[in-house]
Amino acid sequence: MSTIHSRPDEFIATEHKPGVWERSRRARTAILYLLPSIILFSVFVFYPMFRTIYLSFFLTDQAGDAAVFVGLDNYKYLLDSPAFLNSAKATLLFVLYTVPAGILLSLFLALLANEKLRGIGFFRTIYSSTMGVSVAASSVVWLFMFHPSIGMFNRFLALFDFPQIQWLLDPQWALVSVAISTIWMNTGFSFLILLGGLQNIDEHLYESARIDGAGYFYRLRRITLPMLSPTLFFIITISLINAFQTFGQIDILTKGGPAQSTNLIVYSIYREAFVNYQFGTASAQAVFLFLCILVATILQFRFGERRVHYQ
Amino acid sequence: MKKVELIGISKSYDRQKDVISNIDVRIEPGEFFVLVGPSGCGKSTMLRMIAGLEEITGGTLKIGEQTANRLPPSRRDLSMVFQNYALYPHLSVEDNITFGLDVKKVPKAERKKRAQDTAEMLGLTDYMKRKPRELSGGQRQRVALARAIVSEAPICLMDEPLSNLDAKLRGHMRSEIRRIQRQLGITMIYVTHDQVEAMTMGDRIMILHEGKIQQIGSPIEIYNHPANPFVATFIGSPPMNLAQAEADPGTSSVILPGGEPIRLPEGAFEGIGKGPVTVGIRPEFLMPAQGTSEHPVFRAEVTNVEVLGHETVFSFLAGTEEWTAKWNGQWQIQPGDRIPIALDEESICLFDAKSGTLMKKPAARQLSVPAEGAAT
Ligand SMILES: Nc1ncnc2c1ncn2[C@@H]1O[C@H](COP(=O)(O)OP(=O)(O)O)[C@@H](O)[C@H]1O
Ligand SMILES: [Mg+2]
Repeated sequence: MSTIHSRPDEFIATEHKPGVWERSRRARTAILYLLPSIILFSVFVFYPMFRTIYLSFFLTDQAGDAAVFVGLDNYKYLLDSPAFLNSAKATLLFVLYTVPAGILLSLFLALLANEKLRGIGFFRTIYSSTMGVSVAASSVVWLFMFHPSIGMFNRFLALFDFPQIQWLLDPQWALVSVAISTIWMNTGFSFLILLGGLQNIDEHLYESARIDGAGYFYRLRRITLPMLSPTLFFIITISLINAFQTFGQIDILTKGGPAQSTNLIVYSIYREAFVNYQFGTASAQAVFLFLCILVATILQFRFGERRVHYQ
Repeated sequence: MKKVELIGISKSYDRQKDVISNIDVRIEPGEFFVLVGPSGCGKSTMLRMIAGLEEITGGTLKIGEQTANRLPPSRRDLSMVFQNYALYPHLSVEDNITFGLDVKKVPKAERKKRAQDTAEMLGLTDYMKRKPRELSGGQRQRVALARAIVSEAPICLMDEPLSNLDAKLRGHMRSEIRRIQRQLGITMIYVTHDQVEAMTMGDRIMILHEGKIQQIGSPIEIYNHPANPFVATFIGSPPMNLAQAEADPGTSSVILPGGEPIRLPEGAFEGIGKGPVTVGIRPEFLMPAQGTSEHPVFRAEVTNVEVLGHETVFSFLAGTEEWTAKWNGQWQIQPGDRIPIALDEESICLFDAKSGTLMKKPAARQLSVPAEGAAT
């Protein structure tokens, strides 16, 4: 006993100053747990992202390696380039055409399919089925439907003696046509998410409102939409990001034409990089798109989240 | 204030099996009517039919003088409190309370005033700006209550409104709901599975079992004269003790399965023949044998003892059945003891062994205190 108390100075010294190794113990444990996702993210997200940003400051050779450092010249070039500005404008229009219309349509279908009727399961399956069709397959189907002479739409117009429309060949119509097919493709997913959100709302709220005498639209406005707001917020964010990144249907339906009218940014990046081998300006476009989506999402969180009611 | 009348009401969800059959009852204006029964017996279904949330598949429902079978819920002049309260989670307490008034386009000033008055009545004034999730269970319950009261509907329906509260709060809210109902004079139809709530709150109780009425009456009437063994065991805690026995009018006694005969007073067997009967006796009429010579005494082995402070509840073997007795005071009894137990033979009831109908009522046991100063 007394031996311990006889040398208090040594005792304090060892207890007082744990080394860096000791102190970082918890951090090291945490990193160990995070390691698998850090590795995955590094390989598939962080490395490509930083490589893109890096490349956007260079002119590249045929193999896509950085050749000449040009600073911000790629960005300057882009902002002066009518082709890129046209792409940006087309992308913006495309987002405006597809996101609000697509969400309203899915919401409408989800509200219909949320009614308790016999055989409603059939409609729920049908409405969500577009989720199970790949972009490529459905684009091919739409390609046929838009066909000027044998396509369904023009046949239909002919029935009523309306003038024919060159859906995918007319620069006035091409973007709208692609938007229509995109809305159709996205409806399944949005519908399913919104229907799930609707089914999560406690049935008793509606019963209580019915006893109070609230009509359908009153209930929709004061119960359904506020209670659905987190789901709506989620689906708006996802749809927005998806619309900015549209590629597959453009490639199959129009290849960016006619007259560049459907040359959305992601398609333009692809063309710049893999057709023109301009990896520098392609990377600069990618960074630009990244910033646009980032800003749009931040704005949405800023202004949208206030109106969202979380449970 | 309005009456509610059910005439031959039945309900079937699948068009084959009735979950509610042939309910005939008249709920008087201003009455506190309790619907009680075990879980799944159809209480909620019945209440929801009255509210108009569930279709009535047979019979006639009258609210006031009007046939209401096909009236939409909003035109039945009633309010309803749900078991899970059904508060709007995205609205403040005040908006929750005024929701129904807003629907009915009540002017804003009046809306505000009525919400304030109701909130005051229920002690909610400090919470008007809060969201439901920021309230305790008891406060949420009050908001649900406030929402029903503020509508000033003459009829109020409640579906197990207290079952999510802890025991102490439940006791408190019981008297509060009763007080408000008296104060406003509304007709209350109150559903519960808790017989204590039924006994303490109801002017009249209706006991439901598997969709059928077992008995309707005042709490004391039902406690004293249960119509059948189901009611006898459902109402009262611990439940009434039952045993299959043999009636022998010749010797004016019933013979318990153990072979033990109990002599009943003269005239007890009026209209009862020799044969099997169900004997029932409430736990409080199985008394300590000390000092009582007028009651028959038998000895039994104690199987379980609970001392509750003011009373002692223990079970013992009566022939083949396990019975419980409730004695006042703290008794030093151990499981395994054989103790003498006196049986108040006048308090025995006899049920028909097959149909279960009450054949012999127990003697009346009501006490009264002469009121002081009242008689002048
Ligand atoms: N929507 C429904 N569809 C089919 N059967 C139901 C439905 N609601 C209740 N039931 C059945 O009706 C019976 C009574 O239910 P309920 O009225 O909820 O009982 P309680 O409220 O007394 O517990 C139960 O057997 C239940 O399974
Ligand atoms: Mg119920």
